[in-house]
Amino acid sequence: MSPLQQDLAIAAVKVVAIFGVLLTLFAVMTWVERRALAFMQFRLGPNRTGPFGLLQPMADGIKLFFKEEVMPAGAVKWIFLAAPAVAVITAFLSIAVVPYGKPFRAFGREITLQIADLDVGLLYIFAVSSLGVYGVVMAGWAANNKYTLLGGLRASAQMFSYELALGLSWVGVIMLAGSFRIQEIVAAQAGGLHHWNAVQQLLAFIIYMTAATAEVSRTPFDLPEGETELVAGFHTEYSSMRFALMQMAEYVNMITVAALGTNLFLGGWLSPFPSLIPDSTLWFLAKLVILLFGFIWLRGTLPRLRYDQLMSFGWKVLVPLAVVNILVTAGVLAYLGGGR
Amino acid sequence: MIDTVVFYLFAALAVGSALVVVGQRNAMYSAFALIVTLGSLSAIFGLLGSPFIAALQVVVYAGAIMVLFLFVLMLLNVKREDSDATQSPGLRGAAILLGGALAFQVGVVLWGYRVTAPAGFDASTVQVARELFSARFLYVFEATSILILAALVGAVVLARRER
Repeated sequence: MSPLQQDLAIAAVKVVAIFGVLLTLFAVMTWVERRALAFMQFRLGPNRTGPFGLLQPMADGIKLFFKEEVMPAGAVKWIFLAAPAVAVITAFLSIAVVPYGKPFRAFGREITLQIADLDVGLLYIFAVSSLGVYGVVMAGWAANNKYTLLGGLRASAQMFSYELALGLSWVGVIMLAGSFRIQEIVAAQAGGLHHWNAVQQLLAFIIYMTAATAEVSRTPFDLPEGETELVAGFHTEYSSMRFALMQMAEYVNMITVAALGTNLFLGGWLSPFPSLIPDSTLWFLAKLVILLFGFIWLRGTLPRLRYDQLMSFGWKVLVPLAVVNILVTAGVLAYLGGGR
Repeated sequence: MIDTVVFYLFAALAVGSALVVVGQRNAMYSAFALIVTLGSLSAIFGLLGSPFIAALQVVVYAGAIMVLFLFVLMLLNVKREDSDATQSPGLRGAAILLGGALAFQVGVVLWGYRVTAPAGFDASTVQVARELFSARFLYVFEATSILILAALVGAVVLARRER
């Protein structure tokens, strides 16, 4: 095989593998979410399909696959049909630059454990995830329904507001590492627990996790689909597999922000005690699972915000805090003469 | 070879969707088509070897400004544009005439126009940033941002209603 063919083959293997892992994680997540939430609320949750209800995601999938697909009479056909595809495609695209392990040498060449190692990796994620809002906006507008329209409006305003805080929370991390490349940001955290950005950039980590929760519309920021007011928000009118696609996009986005948080703040695949236990992709998975469980835990703990609270919290608390964090980080770096 | 094919693909997509932006009556469709145009431009920037500008193009224009456009269109619930003015034959004739004149002018300028980079030109992001923050451009660069800030404050003052 020529080098180009080898590159393509390796990339194809990685794409298929990550796609498979994400789909599996999505299925498992729906089960974990329902079970864990049920236990937090003194219920049992789905426990009839297979051992511990483990086959429930499969049963749901089969059911959704065979359901009739309904489209509202006044819907704008093409945009209504395209919206779930836009949501899912942007969700899957952004995980392409997230690394999950150290590059290693095999077959006489370097293999990176990520689909694409971009110089502007973080900016790429920012760009693609900012496109994700279109899936929601298109779905909300095209269904010709006031609940979906209100859900779409809320979603676009919310994502737009919290994206700013999300992006600003990365700046301190980027300054410490001197690079937009996620591999280098992880490498800059080497040396044990106290070198992780979650310790050195604690404020940024808190801002990131808060803004990320809002970006993926999870409780307490799940106003775009607040059941008590908007039925199911922007995806009210979707049924069958298109509904499943909307759900999938939501969970994949959740996995992406958790994986990114792991890499940027929790040292990715680095071991907390490098002298005792070696670095490994297993660390990455463990941290990812902890963050994902955190999302579910939050949902079982906190009530939903009011809409004006959401807006003023985003603009008057998170954004100024993120700016202060950047200024302090820059000041300390300049004082120490570090950074690049 | 493959670069050329991809370039023409995205160039055609950019031009086609730009025509849709101005060519049809529903403001929402125009906004969606404009997103496609901006995305295609971003792909062309990427092809030209500037991933930074490509990403910024999507972040700023496709991802932020167009969301605001759509937000306002959805909020106002803009309907199809069907004013009487578009039905007038006199206006149509004038529009065709002026459009033809513009196309002719652009054609004259573009005919035989070749862009060549000066020797030793380096368009890398670091180089561009260094130029922008050099003594030569720093003043203009900063003045522009203050101008935009002033426009922003002005818009807020104008839009704010006295209570």
